[in-house]
Amino acid sequence: MNAIVDKNREKPMLLSRRNVLKGGLAGGFLLGFHVPLYAFNEPNQAPDDVVGKFAPNAFIRIDKTGKTTLVMPQVEMGQGVYTSIAMILAEELDADFSLVALEHAPPDDKAYGNPVFGIQVTGNSNSIRAFWKPLRSAGASARAMLISAAAKQWKVDPSSCAASAGKVTHTASNRTLAYGALADAAAKETPPKDPPLKDPKDFTLIGKPLKRFDTPGKVDGSAVYGIDAMLPGMKFATIAASPVFGGKVDHVDDTAAKQVPGVQKVIVLDDMVAVVGDHMWAAKRGLDALKVTWKNGTNATINSDAIWKHLRDASAKDGVVAKAQGDVKKAFESGEKFNAVYELPFLAHATMEPMNCTVQLKPDSCEIWQGTQVISRVQQTVAQLTGLPVEKVTVHNHLIGGGFGRRLEPDMALKAVRVAQKLDGEPVKVVWTREEDMQQDVYRPIYRDEISATVSDDKIVGWKYKVSGSSIIARWLPPAFQKGIDIDSVDSAIDMPYEFPNFQVEYVRVEPPAVPTGFWRGVGPNNNVFAIESFMDEIAKKLGKDPIAFRMGMLANAPRFKNVLDLVAKKSDWGGALPKRTGRGVCLQPSFGSFIATVVEAEVDEQGEVHLRRVTSAVDTGIVVNPDTVVAQLQGGLIFGLTAALYGEVTIEGGRVQQSNFHNYRMLRIDQIPPIDIHVVQSGEAPGGIGETGATAAPPALRNAIFAATGIALRRLPIDRDVLAGRKQPWA
Amino acid sequence: MSQDRQLKINGEDKTVNVPDDMPLLWVLRDVIGLTGTKYGCGIAQCGACTVHLDGKPVRSCQLAVSAIGNRAITTIEGVGKTAAGAKIQKAWLDEEVVQCGYCQTGQIMSASALLATTPKPDDSDINAAMAGNICRCGTYVRIRAAIKRAAEEQPT
Repeated sequence: MNAIVDKNREKPMLLSRRNVLKGGLAGGFLLGFHVPLYAFNEPNQAPDDVVGKFAPNAFIRIDKTGKTTLVMPQVEMGQGVYTSIAMILAEELDADFSLVALEHAPPDDKAYGNPVFGIQVTGNSNSIRAFWKPLRSAGASARAMLISAAAKQWKVDPSSCAASAGKVTHTASNRTLAYGALADAAAKETPPKDPPLKDPKDFTLIGKPLKRFDTPGKVDGSAVYGIDAMLPGMKFATIAASPVFGGKVDHVDDTAAKQVPGVQKVIVLDDMVAVVGDHMWAAKRGLDALKVTWKNGTNATINSDAIWKHLRDASAKDGVVAKAQGDVKKAFESGEKFNAVYELPFLAHATMEPMNCTVQLKPDSCEIWQGTQVISRVQQTVAQLTGLPVEKVTVHNHLIGGGFGRRLEPDMALKAVRVAQKLDGEPVKVVWTREEDMQQDVYRPIYRDEISATVSDDKIVGWKYKVSGSSIIARWLPPAFQKGIDIDSVDSAIDMPYEFPNFQVEYVRVEPPAVPTGFWRGVGPNNNVFAIESFMDEIAKKLGKDPIAFRMGMLANAPRFKNVLDLVAKKSDWGGALPKRTGRGVCLQPSFGSFIATVVEAEVDEQGEVHLRRVTSAVDTGIVVNPDTVVAQLQGGLIFGLTAALYGEVTIEGGRVQQSNFHNYRMLRIDQIPPIDIHVVQSGEAPGGIGETGATAAPPALRNAIFAATGIALRRLPIDRDVLAGRKQPWA
Repeated sequence: MSQDRQLKINGEDKTVNVPDDMPLLWVLRDVIGLTGTKYGCGIAQCGACTVHLDGKPVRSCQLAVSAIGNRAITTIEGVGKTAAGAKIQKAWLDEEVVQCGYCQTGQIMSASALLATTPKPDDSDINAAMAGNICRCGTYVRIRAAIKRAAEEQPT
């Protein structure tokens, strides 16, 4: 996919590029997570004409022909970020959109690090939030330099010139110069310190629903994901790591495997095996035929019950106080008291594109082809593993077939490199089977959330909330784990919609035995929003209050929350008549800098099955760059969250994951999907995040709909159909 | 067992020499290099590998190459040459269905086969034809809308 140009859609070209490694990687600092990027399978795109090139910053290059290359610091995983980032840059640059080409950023934390985290990370729904100002400034700065260069040429005041659509114009004399013609001169200009940014009312791109640049290749089969990398002489491999977490290879009998047609090589490492063949089928059949006995180690006796007991026991102690205000102790001396505990299960990512990585390892270099959310981390960890200098590790990023946090880890690259270390320099594509993908994930942690409240005059006046669970950040970005507080796990516990005068949030770090944990779409707010919004409904019911009216009573100074809650009530027909065993449930959430209210309408049948009838969300996410993307991300995110609430659970037996494929780790399908209506509020506030918001919003809204329909207060996910059918007592 | 075998793919004859039991999915991807057909589950649960055999949608991960016989294979790379396929692809872009896109080639193959046999599918037709295709990004609302849009453009 050298260039995907569809002139009818006025799409810029997507160009692959040689990943010129710059070295000199800045030390990382904060957190992040998220989904992956575009794939380019052509590493050696001809560079722009270097002579006369105008490259005022890391994001923009304009050559003499006017070709405007925009370098994408965030990765495209389907969230439309390539389009929205290009829109921001092109808006302030006043670029000629027909001459714009997009390029993956190479690994370079210094140039392309996420401003929030300091390293190259696409995650935490913060691409637009983090890059909004830097990219506007980058575009505006380039524009000012082009105008200045033109003004000098014409010997006029720059303020008498204007730019639009890739040209500078001096209206008084009716003279015009294209950016390409100005590239040489503009390159000699000094970048202005504080280039003036456009008044949002003058935006011509931002706020318009633009078609995405990456979609044409995704509907005709030409888009190249990491798994599609093809190289001359390439071998195909598949792997099996110890099914019991932490286990080692004991003994391997490869007699039968080696007789499988197309099998080339069996590789046995200390904790995994690989079969290399002429194609994936040979590798897969070879792996099936391999007789491996494992030394399971101490995790062999671990099961879900033991892991839950471990969490519950550990969560009984006091946590580290993450936030406190008012006098909580005094507040609890009066009023009506409430208390509840909520628990959330392990979840797998199950990206549609299974984990994979293609590697060519030579004595003095290593080349990697894959889709990753953390390109610089892949480069650095591969360098450490191989002992090669960082600049000798080339990483070609690709389109990502689903990230959801899974591709924030470099493990698939490291495993592939370990396979390549046993080969003789030929390229090898290592593809995990779906079963391997599901059983060797980093799992959304189990959480246990306990909340107590005291209520006077229908308002919550005291609030104690303790979050217990794994700290992914402590492993993933240690400098961000400070004073025993996992800022991700308590994110939406600290920053929440309601005003409680007396308020305390505690955190207890509890790492589950055996099971590795990782970021999963919605991250920490998943547990906070589920617990808080479930609890709000339980209190409202006991007080005999309408769930929305009850919430409204504590939003006096939160107009943006009030507004979306009002809007969703209207749009969802809140309070309207419903059939038997049918209910509406609401969720109000603050997460990722957006203000979102969601109503799910669902029916629970006599067998305990849940039927989705309708989903409505109202969202205030500040200034919207590409409105259609906001709608799409919420639609999809809501389905992602509903899927988890209805089906999602990874269980452990004998130290290994029991689920293996989509038959026992279920996904919602099209015949279960109700109408989903998204209402986006016009706003001039700074942009919020959107990619993960639906995933956090849907589970509590569904849970509250079930509560309204049946009176059953579910406090664990996924929903338990036996409980809803009356075959089993609710967990409490 | 393996032998030279003729396959008719997107109107072109291809000769491959692969094991008899090798699923078409891997023949397409790893031997012929048509990577638009995707591996998702390997057990016919997700539909990412959907191709057409004589116009009918099949899961290529479960279709041994020896079972194909003379039937014509159409993949995502060739479906745009069919009337239904072209309409579906256009509707997919018009409705901006795609997110990560990995499952979408399979979705489009299932939808094209539906439209070819059922020019005006209703919701239950769409459910029946599309429920075998998983989309992890959750684009189902737009998939339904795009199929209906494509149907509107069908000559009646």
